[in-house]
Amino acid sequence: MFWDKKTETLKPADLKALQLKRLKKTLAQVQHVDFYQKRFAEAGVKSSSIKTLDDIRKIPFTKKQDLRDGYPFGFFAVPLKKIVRIHTTSGTTGKPTVVGYTRKDLDTWSDLIARNMTMVGITEEDVFQNMVNYGMFTGGLGFHYGAEKVGMTVIPSATGNTKRQIEMINDFGVTTIHCTPSYAMHLSEVAEEMGTTMDSLKTGIFGAEAWSESTRKTLESRLGVTAYDSYGLSELFGPGVAFECPERDGLHIWHDSYLVEIIDPKTGEQVADGERGEMVVTPLVKEAMPLLRYRTGDVTLIMEDGCICRRGKKIARITGRSDDMLVIRGINVFPSQIEHVLLKIPEVGNQFMVYIDRINHLDEMTVDVEINRDSFSGELADLANLQKKVVKELRDALELRTTVKLVEPGSLPRFEGKAKRVVDRREVV
Amino acid sequence: MDAKKYVIRQISIFSENRPGRLAAIAHALGEEKINILAFSIAEANGFGVVRALVDHPEKAHDKLQSLGFNIAFTEVIAVKMKDQPGGLYEVAKILGDAGINIEYSYAYSGKDGAVLILRVDQIEDAIIRILDSGATLLERSVFH
Repeated sequence: MFWDKKTETLKPADLKALQLKRLKKTLAQVQHVDFYQKRFAEAGVKSSSIKTLDDIRKIPFTKKQDLRDGYPFGFFAVPLKKIVRIHTTSGTTGKPTVVGYTRKDLDTWSDLIARNMTMVGITEEDVFQNMVNYGMFTGGLGFHYGAEKVGMTVIPSATGNTKRQIEMINDFGVTTIHCTPSYAMHLSEVAEEMGTTMDSLKTGIFGAEAWSESTRKTLESRLGVTAYDSYGLSELFGPGVAFECPERDGLHIWHDSYLVEIIDPKTGEQVADGERGEMVVTPLVKEAMPLLRYRTGDVTLIMEDGCICRRGKKIARITGRSDDMLVIRGINVFPSQIEHVLLKIPEVGNQFMVYIDRINHLDEMTVDVEINRDSFSGELADLANLQKKVVKELRDALELRTTVKLVEPGSLPRFEGKAKRVVDRREVV
Repeated sequence: MDAKKYVIRQISIFSENRPGRLAAIAHALGEEKINILAFSIAEANGFGVVRALVDHPEKAHDKLQSLGFNIAFTEVIAVKMKDQPGGLYEVAKILGDAGINIEYSYAYSGKDGAVLILRVDQIEDAIIRILDSGATLLERSVFH
């Protein structure tokens, strides 16, 4: 099924023409952003010199650090009064990355999500429970408006209270759920403990963290759903950027809205289809916050073969990151954020180690941190308070509950050269 | 009255809760021929504090610090208890009646009777109250 058949199945030549038209519009739009004016001047590039899609290579990349430097509104190409919504996502250090949307952006975004859902056969007959964070995270409101656009019956259940979630699924006859794959595993276990099944479920949309084919099999058999991988990032609106079709062999990325390049992250050179690299995306339909050649940090490849569903070229499921970003319970975490928090607490050292485990299918992050030699009072209670303080500061900064272990000064490894402070003990995808 | 002579210096050592840490501390003290007179371990979430009264606190401090341990001095008092039923009650009641809070405590029973080591929130007050009540406090010279 198609939401927008004409656009989704454009012939290559027509698609290219549309992409180029939209790229030129985007180039005009970015001229309202000081950052891009400077960038173009520094690189000696004029937007008029971008005449073909390939010419985009003349334009320097935009990195997450650039967005952070623009905090809060430096990347908005329209006046604030035209911005109707703001979301944020983790920055690499203290400040989050801010993304803004005009009314038209919200309409475009929900339309892309409607495409995804329609692609896998979801219709207005379906009842949809959206079990993700509804706050600053784009996954909640993003899917909410997309599902409403399709005409589904939407239950904005957000996260938490798993028993109540299961009761609602059964009482409301929910057919479709959206959550992180680890929460879906948890949901199935709680249902089992309750001695209940969720027979109305048909479709599971899982995203915001990497998950394996074996997790797919487990989720499908435990929940009785067909499981689809959903991909997106706030800088490109949020979820809805790419999605699996019923073939479930790669994700369709909406080429009319996102110009995709795969590059070697070291050289910045484009690689051929079928070769793995970092995905760089130029969104072609963003009004409030246009970006050029945005480094997603996600590692994938463009699949060479077409798809029998007649939509455009697919990308492979994301296999990792080209930077050190971690995804913990769907939340992006950079080790530098942890360092930043620790620097502000004089009683602890700046050395740390992060351990990530999956316990009962939920990600758990443990941070080992040294106490400073001269901050030890001799009292256990002071240490316990310090431990609580570090937990709180980390929670405030990362929006994530962590376990903090205080360790003896000098006991953590010191690194010469590139530090390896993160030990990810979760199941490998 | 010189209350200070009853203030005893306990060494408090931060330790991760993992095998071998106590052995490392004890070995270091043994090497320096430091005798441990009383001792306890308090544990919290993944870490602990080893508390000890030793005959040479300065030496113990320097040795453990040189080995990288996080160590601090803590002031405590030592009350002689009757080594018989009701002995602890007598001491605890004095402090309770005076509104002095015991933060933690440990005890040992030696050849000269039972001794209660106390960490209290108002140390000078505690010393005066205990002496006024006729109980015996051990002087720091007994230990170091």
